Amino acid sequence: MIELKNLHVKVADFLLEQVDLVVSKGEYTVILGPTGAGKTVLLESIAGLHALSHGEIILDGKDVTGTAPEARGVSIVYQDYSLFPHLTVKENIIFGLRVRHTAKPQIDEALHWISGLFEIQPLLNRLPASLSGGERQKVALARALITRPHILLLDEPLSALDAESREEMRSQLKTIHDKLNITTLHVTHDFEEAMSLADTIVVINQGKIAQVGPPAEIFYHPSSEFVARFTMARNIFSGKVIGRDTKSSVFRCDAIEIFASSDNTKAGFAVIRPEMLQLTAEKPILISNSFPGSVKTIVDKGANILVTVDCSPQFECLLPRQQFEHMVINTGSPVYISFLPSSVHLI
Amino acid sequence: MAVISKIIHSVCSWLGRHRLLAVFSILSLLIVLFIFIPLAKLILFSDKSELWQALLDPSVMQSILLTLYAALITAAIGFLLGVPLAYLLARNNFPLKGVVEGLIDLPIVVPHTAAGIALLFVFGRNFLLGKWFNAIGISFVDSLAGIVIAMLFVSVPFLINSAKDGFRKIDVRLENVARTLGASPWQVFYRVTFPLAWRSILAGTLMMWARGISEFGAVVILTYYPMVTSTLIYERFATYGLTQSVPVAAILVIICAFIFIGFRFVLQRDRKHD
Repeated sequence: MIELKNLHVKVADFLLEQVDLVVSKGEYTVILGPTGAGKTVLLESIAGLHALSHGEIILDGKDVTGTAPEARGVSIVYQDYSLFPHLTVKENIIFGLRVRHTAKPQIDEALHWISGLFEIQPLLNRLPASLSGGERQKVALARALITRPHILLLDEPLSALDAESREEMRSQLKTIHDKLNITTLHVTHDFEEAMSLADTIVVINQGKIAQVGPPAEIFYHPSSEFVARFTMARNIFSGKVIGRDTKSSVFRCDAIEIFASSDNTKAGFAVIRPEMLQLTAEKPILISNSFPGSVKTIVDKGANILVTVDCSPQFECLLPRQQFEHMVINTGSPVYISFLPSSVHLI
Repeated sequence: MAVISKIIHSVCSWLGRHRLLAVFSILSLLIVLFIFIPLAKLILFSDKSELWQALLDPSVMQSILLTLYAALITAAIGFLLGVPLAYLLARNNFPLKGVVEGLIDLPIVVPHTAAGIALLFVFGRNFLLGKWFNAIGISFVDSLAGIVIAMLFVSVPFLINSAKDGFRKIDVRLENVARTLGASPWQVFYRVTFPLAWRSILAGTLMMWARGISEFGAVVILTYYPMVTSTLIYERFATYGLTQSVPVAAILVIICAFIFIGFRFVLQRDRKHD
């Protein structure tokens, strides 16, 4: 378990402020934020690599605020894997046991176990320079896990990989985590990566925590405009609530009024995710939020198609390819955008 | 004729396509010849019997061995004290760091006779440290210790700067990872940092040794006797002229050439992880 209490860290010109966070034992937590948000500094602080200006770090009930990195039982894996270039794969992996003066039979046993887990036996005598990205990643993880740390810190572990190995490593990370049940903190700026791996997502921006919650909550109920934008909610309209009845609030933005099943009457933004919009040629019946407009742009995203509809304000709609291909729409086609009041999130 | 004009034509077209390479090659050749010709001339000036005679002269041999030995001790001391400083400069920020870095370069730029006099003020028999050391029987004037001090002062910047660059090139995250894997700062240094900076440190140490061997100005102020080779060459030149000084100089140049070209080969061969 990781408990961070009112953490303040200053590194050069960067400031991490007021970080309060609890990560339960065995949980897979993803720290999500843009470049320069302070994600790496946060990880390094937990590992003991930065002095805190203020606050406490408690790992598994033990206050480690003043403890040296080597005595914390925390392993870190960096984006470029930071393998020791002068040591072979085997020497890299057993580094943590060597410096602890572990006896040779135990080292051999641990090496056998971990290289079996990651299926890297054939690589053991090679030097890091001769390995592929995916292989380096496995070696770095093996090196980090052979010492049986309580906590595993992963700093953008997948961003240096090509799409295919990324997919493979993503599922391997999940498998390893489930197998070893190790408390994991994974830093990324990739929203989809966070969604697919996390039990809990911590969104961080400009050195502060912006939101903490399970992926679905971050996704459908962002707590701020920043989180909404960062999770690609796309349709974020500024305005205000002008009325309320028993079931819904009425939110006015530019020329349109949006019905939302939310009682947040102080909201300044209405957020509707692009995949929650319906796009039809005819006016739909029985839907309270329905607006006519014309197609402005169509962008092919592979599995999905992003259609921008001009209807003051502008809506962005994400359609599955199959659905899109059944419709006959082109740039300039007149269409209707509609969505349920329950799809509208007010913040 | 046709063949010649064809050759001229192909050379011209090659030059046309590789103008930068051609210009740079000519300029490079000039500087290489500038270094090579005087040294070659020095070695070829004396005939074999003169060289042989100088080699058998005990005072020449003693002085060459003394020079190599003193420079080696100097390099060892520089290594012991310079490597930690280089590491601190590469890895830490502290007040007046810029001043310290500037100070380290000073011995390279001041005239070495001035450096010798400056050292005399501290290590001379009647001054500061010199007095204390004198009390325990170590004198820095006209002694091996004096030679070492003079060599150290003028040559240690080469080691510090080279080692500092070597440390700087190492990604600090390698050290971070090593720490989290359970290594103490000492273990990180000798298992990760030092092995990775080793080449730069060795190059700096060799440079320092070489600089020590060639030092004259600072050494001659502190220690005229026992004579290092540079002093011996100077004395023979001043007393007997060219014919007596050249064989000694030639022998030193030949020895140095063997040592340093040899080291370069060794350094280049051992490059497995670069």
